[in-house]
Amino acid sequence: MHCLTKALLTLNGGGRCYTGLTCLNGARVLSRGFCNSGAAERGESNKNENELYDIIISGGGMVGTAMACSLGMDPNLAGKKILLLEAGNKKIMDKVPEGYGTRVSSINPGSANLLSGIGAWDHIVNLRCKPYQRMQVWDACSDALITFDKENLEDEMAYIVENDVIVAALTKQLDTLPDQVNVQYRTKVVKYTWPKSYQVADSIPWVQVKLASGETLQTKLLIGADGPNSMVRKEAGIPTVKWNYDQSAVVAVLKLSEPTENNVAWQRFLPTGPIAMLPLSDTLSSLVWSTSHRHAEELLELDEESFVDAINSAFWSNDNHSELIETAGSLFRTALSFLMPSGTSARQLPPSVAGIGPKSRVMFPLGMGHASEYIRHRVALIGDAAHRVHPLAGQGANLGFGDVACLTKVLSQAAFNGQDLGAMQHLLEYETERQRHNLPMMAAIDLMKRLYSTNVAPVVLLRTLGLQATNAVPPVKEQIMAFASK
Amino acid sequence: MFSKKLVRFTFGLYTGVQFRSQTKAVEAASKVIIQRPVSSWTTRPAPKRNAVLTPAPQSAMSQKSIRSASQSTLDPSEAKKFQLLANKWWDEHGEFAALHSMNSLRVPFIRDNLLNVHGGRQLGKPLSSIRILDVGCGGGLLTEPLGRLGADVLGIDPVEDSIRTAELHVSFDPVLQEQVHYRACTLEELSEEEAEGFDAVVASEVVEHLADLDTFTLCCQQVLKPGGSLFITTLNKTNLSYALGIVAAERILRIVPSGTHEWEKFISPVDLERLLESYGLFVEAVRGMLYNPLTGSWSWTQSTAINYALHAVKPREAPQPDHAQPPPQPSQTEG
Repeated sequence: MHCLTKALLTLNGGGRCYTGLTCLNGARVLSRGFCNSGAAERGESNKNENELYDIIISGGGMVGTAMACSLGMDPNLAGKKILLLEAGNKKIMDKVPEGYGTRVSSINPGSANLLSGIGAWDHIVNLRCKPYQRMQVWDACSDALITFDKENLEDEMAYIVENDVIVAALTKQLDTLPDQVNVQYRTKVVKYTWPKSYQVADSIPWVQVKLASGETLQTKLLIGADGPNSMVRKEAGIPTVKWNYDQSAVVAVLKLSEPTENNVAWQRFLPTGPIAMLPLSDTLSSLVWSTSHRHAEELLELDEESFVDAINSAFWSNDNHSELIETAGSLFRTALSFLMPSGTSARQLPPSVAGIGPKSRVMFPLGMGHASEYIRHRVALIGDAAHRVHPLAGQGANLGFGDVACLTKVLSQAAFNGQDLGAMQHLLEYETERQRHNLPMMAAIDLMKRLYSTNVAPVVLLRTLGLQATNAVPPVKEQIMAFASK
Repeated sequence: MFSKKLVRFTFGLYTGVQFRSQTKAVEAASKVIIQRPVSSWTTRPAPKRNAVLTPAPQSAMSQKSIRSASQSTLDPSEAKKFQLLANKWWDEHGEFAALHSMNSLRVPFIRDNLLNVHGGRQLGKPLSSIRILDVGCGGGLLTEPLGRLGADVLGIDPVEDSIRTAELHVSFDPVLQEQVHYRACTLEELSEEEAEGFDAVVASEVVEHLADLDTFTLCCQQVLKPGGSLFITTLNKTNLSYALGIVAAERILRIVPSGTHEWEKFISPVDLERLLESYGLFVEAVRGMLYNPLTGSWSWTQSTAINYALHAVKPREAPQPDHAQPPPQPSQTEG
């Protein structure tokens, strides 16, 4: 895995050199274009009209708002002019809403740490979140399963939090920083103008952000937090590796048939895609069912009763089992239990579903994407703008918050060293550190997705044995958990 | 390799010529001078330019009067060298790349030593209300970071073109413009009017270009407030610094332009310390610096054999150094 990452990084490096060169040539041609006009006066007059910010964050979702809070609270960045631009309305949540949101995120301890560092975690706990202590993942084509849990079952493994709650908590926290961070809601950007990579005559050296209102802002550093279809990324011309999984996710709020402790996250790999049930409260769970577009549409059209039946049978049915693999799997399991008596886990059964929350069924397409560069001169991408993953590992939000923590650290140090915040030198540090973490994670998630998208017998056999073997070796599981909770 | 050198040389001269003509044109109207060497580089075929321009340099050079060339610390040939490079200061991957990346060592060195003396005053602006003089500021590579830390910085350089580059560069940042100011003058000119005017004097990669270190040290001593700090980074005078600083860096790897340094002007930390102390500046710290040409980054090192940084302090109650007498130890660098 490490080698793969390295190879990818090298490729990226090569790509950067190449694009760097073409940019330079472009700059030369451009600068030649308006060399001889009286550009000096033009530069002078523009300067007074346009406000110059130190940092502009484009996109006020979970990751963008967290970035704004995190930067606004950093002591080394005190006095810097920071602006958050969001196209939508301000999301305020004065009291806990009755219904649960359908879009939820799994927040690992690393992300929870970041959120409590910026003071938003208390708001989340006061609103609503559900910790879970255990995760069980099993295969629909065999009895193979793997469980992850904290040894004493006291520490939380992670939390399921509604996305709306996260944004509301961060917004509330951001409201306490009016002097540090300026926020403009309902603001659309229509154009970004990029600066030359170094001073050329008197062209403006900052990124210019043209708003739909006609106003133009300038910034030393633009942070793109504008989601998987990032406009910042596209306008900067940063190439992206991406593919669609030809899958959609159906999400819904599920009512359990009876109240339970509900502290386990369940996920089963069906040949059509993984189905997951994530705890929201003692009686409610959240469904994330990844499947083919057609099947997803069918699921959306079913009446409530049939939909609930479909969910229950997806978790319980053994239709996909094959005798051969089952025999091989149980032989292997017996052998393992001789070798490592503690190496097998007791299978728990997921709770059965009785109904769904009103109007809570929604579907959205799934894909995977990775920007080959997270940074350019005076630009940095964070969150889904830089990387988009399949929800099967519950890592999407966590990768984004990891970006926030890393970029804050790097910018804070740069400010303390008196550096130009948009300079490549320290932004490269951010890119290297994050790609080193994100790429293996994305590769692993993609591999899992592919490995479990088939019911061809040899592959099923292989993954059955592999999963059981992994489950039997605690140090490996600990490594996986440590990596996933960073 | 030779042809590359020739091209670079003529290119430099050409820039000079172009610069002069433009200066005349805009002199009256604007304080901002336009420089676009990159574009002109691509517009003409190289052989033709060589043919046209080779006769020109003599006149171009002679007409560019270098201000205060008669002053003692300034070496006129050194000033000429930097005049030709003035517009390249802010190219982070160009001739001054090593100076750009040196900021990752010298800014923390200056910041931390000043914080030890003054203590942090304001969040986000640790050096606020500290007045710093950056001697030989060039394009402002070190002046700007110190200004961003909240210090009130004056950058001086005898090469007017560099000062103009620096002024232009800072003009795009209205906040920084309040912290950073530039003047094209020598240290001697300034020392008259700014006696005891600065909390710190910074001379980074400067003393190896000076003609007269005694006058330089005396002036530093004069402009420093009692308790003020002097920061110097420079090259040691060792065989290793010759091999790496001149042979490797200038001739083989071309990290810095050929002819940037003259080994005879380098000074060892011991000699420098002796010189400073003879003028009543006491050395607090000397640290070795090492440049890695592969990664383009600097790191601290035990050895001061090549590059080093030095921090000296002017005591609050000056022990009355004897200015009238020349320093007892004649380790002077010039011939």
